[in-house]
Amino acid sequence: MKWLLLPLLLLSLTLSAAIDTYEFDNDVARKRFRQLSEELRCPKCQNQNLAGSNSAIAADLKDRLYQMVDEGKSTEQIKKYMVERYGEFVLYKPSVKPMTYALWYGPFVLLFIGLFVGVALSRKKAKGDTRATATAQSIAAEPGEMQQDIAEQQTHAQRMKDLLGKKDD
Amino acid sequence: MRRILLFIPLGICVLLGVLFVKGLSLNPTELPSARIGKAFPSFSLPSVSDAKQLLSEQSLKGKVRLVNVWATWCPTCKREHGFLNKLASTEGVEIVGINYKDERGKALQWLKRYQDPYIFNIYDEKGGLGLDLGVYGAPETYVVDTQGVIQYRHVGEVNDKVWKKLKVIMQDLGWSAKL
Repeated sequence: MKWLLLPLLLLSLTLSAAIDTYEFDNDVARKRFRQLSEELRCPKCQNQNLAGSNSAIAADLKDRLYQMVDEGKSTEQIKKYMVERYGEFVLYKPSVKPMTYALWYGPFVLLFIGLFVGVALSRKKAKGDTRATATAQSIAAEPGEMQQDIAEQQTHAQRMKDLLGKKDD
Repeated sequence: MRRILLFIPLGICVLLGVLFVKGLSLNPTELPSARIGKAFPSFSLPSVSDAKQLLSEQSLKGKVRLVNVWATWCPTCKREHGFLNKLASTEGVEIVGINYKDERGKALQWLKRYQDPYIFNIYDEKGGLGLDLGVYGAPETYVVDTQGVIQYRHVGEVNDKVWKKLKVIMQDLGWSAKL
């Protein structure tokens, strides 16, 4: 029986850590309360959420949040209630609307521009490479022609020499 | 033509730079009130001086007034109290007080000791009205027009500098100093 003790102790620890000072009828409500108190921002102590703040206003808002969750208000209703009073600021996860489009979609636009520029640049580079290799290949492919040229030039030179030699005579 | 394209990254950098510099000069603790341009939230709360007297948002209509959220536990409120006294006595500003999350006895003692610049005080013991107003730290001062619509909010101490701003806003709403 002793071997059960340790896991049981550990289990009870994790459970007590999950219990807040607020009491809930069910797990769904508790989960909603926790999620919302993490998503809502404390207006006084900025950069902290309601869950993490001990300020008086955060306590008030948590009380209100608890009350609303308890009454079965929807997440939308609760967020609307908070935004009506404290503005968009209270939402750590701002809602998607024309004012926040830049915030939500801006990074994707920048990513797209980056990808576009990257692709364009690499394609340009690839094009330049193929052109260079094409010239090299064309030289390599027709060696006969060049040899012919050289041979022609040599005969020209020989002929000139002959002519000059004749003049000397 | 292609050369111009090379300046696009520079342009983006400059634009972001301007935005960031502007961001640095903003005060992040000053939040825009979500209530500006909206009617004062409805409430039904007792007066500080008389627990039987119920006040409501209707009591705020009729004149351009300042609504000042204060409490005895708030040090900045103490600092601005003298200035509010001056506004009430020398400029004839009508100031409505909201005694926010305070005790009636302490509030009355405070008003006796430091003078009372308020035409009346709303006793918001639980902070419910404060919550509806979006108060996040006392003192806060609101400009409310004749229709009971909130026109401006100032968070923090009201002093000469702030009053200059508030005065212009109040005058635009048809208020004039009466002596």
